[in-house]
Amino acid sequence: MKRTISLTVNGVAQQHEVEPRLLLVHYLRDVLDLTGTHVGCETSLCGACTVLLDGQAVKSCTMFAVQADGAKVTTIEGLAKNGDLHPVQEGFWERHGLQCGYCTPGMIMTGAQLLDRNANPSRDEIRHGLEGNLCRCTGYQHIVEAMEYAAQKLS
Amino acid sequence: MAYVGQRIKRTEDPRLVKGLAHYVDDIKLPDTLHVAFVRSVYAHARIKSIDTSAALQAPGVVAVYTGKDVAGVGPVPCASALPDLKVPDYRVLAQQKVVFVGQPVAAVVATDRYAARDAVDLVAVDYEELTPVVDVEAAAAGGTVIHETFADNIAYKLTAGEGDIAAALAASDRVITQRVLHQRLAPIAMEPRGVLARYFPGEHELTIWSSTQIPHLLRTQLALMIGIAENKLRVITPEVGGGFGSKLNVYAEEALLGWISMQLARPVKWIESRRENIQATIHGRGQVGDIEIGCKNDGTVTGLRYNVFADLGAYHQLLTPQIPILTGLMLSGAYRIPAIQINVTACFTNKMATDAYRGAGRPEATYVVERAMDLVAAELGMDPADVRRRNFPAATDFPFHTATGLEYDSGNYQAALDKAVGLINYAKLREEQKAARAEGRIVGVGISTYVEICALGPSQAMPAGGWESATVRIEPTGKVTIMTGASPHGQGQETSFAQIAADELGVDLNDITVIHGDTSIVQYGIGTFGSRATAVGGTAVLVAIQKLKEKASKIAAHILKCDASRLSFSGGCYSVSAAQAAAAGDSEPVVPVGQAPAGALPEPETQGKTSMTIQEVALAAHIAKELPPDTEPGLSATYFFEPKNFTFPFGTHIVSVEIDRDTGEAKFLRYVAVDDCGKVINPMLVDGQIHGGIVQALGQAMFEEVVYDDQGQLVTGTFMDYAVPRASQVPWMELDRTETPSPVNPLGVKGVGEAGTIGATPAIVGAVVDALAPFGVKHLDMPLKPENIWRIINTR
Repeated sequence: MKRTISLTVNGVAQQHEVEPRLLLVHYLRDVLDLTGTHVGCETSLCGACTVLLDGQAVKSCTMFAVQADGAKVTTIEGLAKNGDLHPVQEGFWERHGLQCGYCTPGMIMTGAQLLDRNANPSRDEIRHGLEGNLCRCTGYQHIVEAMEYAAQKLS
Repeated sequence: MAYVGQRIKRTEDPRLVKGLAHYVDDIKLPDTLHVAFVRSVYAHARIKSIDTSAALQAPGVVAVYTGKDVAGVGPVPCASALPDLKVPDYRVLAQQKVVFVGQPVAAVVATDRYAARDAVDLVAVDYEELTPVVDVEAAAAGGTVIHETFADNIAYKLTAGEGDIAAALAASDRVITQRVLHQRLAPIAMEPRGVLARYFPGEHELTIWSSTQIPHLLRTQLALMIGIAENKLRVITPEVGGGFGSKLNVYAEEALLGWISMQLARPVKWIESRRENIQATIHGRGQVGDIEIGCKNDGTVTGLRYNVFADLGAYHQLLTPQIPILTGLMLSGAYRIPAIQINVTACFTNKMATDAYRGAGRPEATYVVERAMDLVAAELGMDPADVRRRNFPAATDFPFHTATGLEYDSGNYQAALDKAVGLINYAKLREEQKAARAEGRIVGVGISTYVEICALGPSQAMPAGGWESATVRIEPTGKVTIMTGASPHGQGQETSFAQIAADELGVDLNDITVIHGDTSIVQYGIGTFGSRATAVGGTAVLVAIQKLKEKASKIAAHILKCDASRLSFSGGCYSVSAAQAAAAGDSEPVVPVGQAPAGALPEPETQGKTSMTIQEVALAAHIAKELPPDTEPGLSATYFFEPKNFTFPFGTHIVSVEIDRDTGEAKFLRYVAVDDCGKVINPMLVDGQIHGGIVQALGQAMFEEVVYDDQGQLVTGTFMDYAVPRASQVPWMELDRTETPSPVNPLGVKGVGEAGTIGATPAIVGAVVDALAPFGVKHLDMPLKPENIWRIINTR
C-alpha cells in the first residue's frame, strides 16, 4: 500500500515510504519535523501551508506527498541562506509584517515567489499577489510595506 | 537610551519568520495518541443510541468515549454572576440531547490523526430530530424550549441606565427609531485551537499545552472540571496563533484531552480543523435591536434607548452572558447623553455560543451610538461631524460621568476629530462629493468618533479578578528575567514589556527576557484580553521593577558606603554624589570573606568604587557576602497591580467610498484614523494593532457573516463561505494619533487592541449609507453585500 518517494527538501535528499493519502504538509511536519509550515484551513484557502515546489508556490495541505515525488521543495526553514535572512523575512521583521506569526511562513513563501516573478511590484500587485494568503492580525498594510522593503533590498 | 516610545523591532520575530517557533501542534511527544471528535450534525436532537463498536475495531483505534464515560468531568464553566441567570448544564460530551451543530458527542482516540479521523465516521449515532430554535426573537417568543429544565429560552433579562428615559424622549423635538443588526461573526484566529495533554501517573502530574489567552484561569477551571489538584496541573501556552477573544475561554475539548490522558496514561493531542473552528469555537456579536434616539432641533441628543435581543447560542461559554452587559455600559459613546436605557433580552438558540470576540459588546454599542448620530444628522439635515461636535463633553469635563454609570478617565474628543478632519481635508472631501454626485457618481463619506473601555479592569467589575502580575528578577550574570501573567498571542509583549523594563532599569533591551504562559514558572496571572495587557500587565512590570530597585539601592548604598538617599540612579548605574564619595574613600576597605571555591561566581569589584551598575548589584545580592543587615539575598520582586478604573481610549475614523453602479461594490477612496490610546510604548506595534482592528471591522461591515439556515445548519463552514478580508480588499490606512495620558496607571497607557475593530465599523457603514443617501437610504444592515447595494441602485 505504501509508496516510496524521493525528493529534495531544503537541499537535502529525502526518501520515505508513505501512505498515498498522506498530505504533503503532514509529510513535511510529521515525517521531516519541519513544523514551520502551518495548517490553517485544510481547503487551500488560507495559504498558511504554502511551500515552494520546484520554485512554484503551492499549498501543501491540498497536495499529497506522493505528488511531490522527484520534486525540489523549499519550506520556510530553507529560505535563509548561510544564516542570513531572505530579504522577505528581513522585511517582515523590519516592517512589523507579523503579529501572531501563524500565517507568516506561508505569506513569506508566497512573497518570495512574487518577487521572483516581479522584482518591482506596485502596492496593488503586491496585494493581488498575496490574495491567496489570509492574515487576521496585521490588516496587511505592514505586510505590503515588508514586501516593498524586500523588493528594494533585492534590487 | 530610551526605549519607550520608539519603533523597536520585535524580539519575538526571528523565530517566527524562520519557522522555528512552537505552536501546540509543533510540540511532539513520544507515544502521542491523537483525538478526533464525533460532532452533532443536528442543531437540536435527542440521542437515542450511540454505537461505537465498529470504530473500536478500526485499525489504530485505542479508545472511544461518549457522554456516559465522562459523566464525572465537570461542566464547561461560565464566569458570569448575573442574578437570576439561567445556566444550563454544559457537559463536555453530549448526554441525552444535542443542542447545536458541532457539539462534541464522542471522542475517538487513535495512534495517528488519520486513523482517528477515519474512525469518527464509524461511530453510529441514532438521533431523533427535534424542532430547532434558530432565530433569537422566535426563541424569546416561546414555542420549543431548548433546555427542558427551564420554562423558556430566555437566559436573562436586564434593564440598565440612568436618567428618566421616557421623559427625555417625550421632551425631545424629534425621536428617531431604527432597527440594527449585529450579525454573528467567527473570530478566525489563523491558528485554530489545539490541545496536547500528558499525564505522569507516578507523579500524578498533568501537563496541558493549550492555545489559550488565559493559562492560569484555564488551569483553575480545568483542575475543577477534571478533578485534579490545581498544583498538580500545569498549563503551558506555547506560541499562540491569534485569539481575538476566541481563546479567552475554557472549552470542553481542553478538559477532555486532560481527562483522556489520565485514563490512558499517554500523551494525547487534538488539533482543531477549520471546520470545527467555525462550528465549535465561540462566535461574536449576534445582537438585533431597536434604537430610539431623541434630540433637539439643534442636534443636541436628549436620550437613547436600546431594546436588544442577544443571541447567546445553546450554552454559556466563559463570558457569554456578559457581552450584552458591556454593550449597555458603552451606549453613551463619546457623548453627553442625559438619559440612557438598555433593555436586554438574552436568549438561548440552537447555535454555537457567542462570547468575547475582539471588542466584545463594545463594537455593538459603538455601532448603535454612531449609527444613531448619523440618523440624527440625516433627520436634521446637519453634517454628521457637527452633530458629534455638539454632543462631545469638553476636554475639561473629565473625569466624565456617563448615564451608563461609567467614569471616563481622560479624553479630548474634539482634538481627535479636528486632527482627522484636517488630515483628510473634510471640507474639500464634501465639495468633491457634491461634484461627483453631479456627475452621477455614487460617493459617500463616513465618520465615527468612538470611545471604548479598556484595561479590563478593576477586580470589582470582573468575574475572575482584574489585576495583573509581574515578577522581575536580575540574575547573577546581570540578565533580566520578567515573568508576566499577561500571556500574549501576537501582541508583542516580549518586546513592549522589555522596553518598559529596559528604560526603568537602564539596561540593554537584549539583556531582558520576558517569560509567559507557563503556570509552573510564572506567578498567577489573568491573561491578555480586553486591551489590558500593557495598561495592567505593563504597569505590574513597572511597579515590580520599582520595588526591586528599592532593595537594589539599599544594597548599593551599603557596598558604596553611603546613605541610600544620596545615591542617584541613571543609565542603569547607582552613583554616589561627590561629597559622599570622598567620605566613602576614607572608610575601611572591604575585606572579602573566605576563599572562593573554583567555579564560583566572580565577586564584584567594590573597593574604592563610587558607582556600580544594577547588574553588579544583582551579582552582589546573589553572592550575599556584603548585604546590609536583615536583607534577603537575591534580587527579584513581584507585584500584582490592581487598577482603580478602566481606561477609555477614543478616536475619529473618516472613510470615503465610491460605489460601482454596475456591480454594487464599494471601493475605498481614503481611510483616515486618528486614535488616542494614551501613552504609546511602541508606535510600530500600536499601528499594527490599529491596522488589524480596522480590517476586522471592515470584515464585519463588508463581508463576514456566520449563517445558519432555518434548520440550524451552519452554512458558512469554510473559508469558501466565511469571507475573511484578503489583502486586495482593504484600503491603505492613513494613521495619526493624539496622546491623552490615562491617569489610571503610572504608564499613562490606555490600550489599543480593540480600538480599530470598535471604531471602524460604523465609519464604513456610514460611508456606504451616505453614498446611497440620494436613493433614500438611511440605514443598511451588515454585511454590505454588493447584491443588496446593486438592488438599491437599480430599483429606486
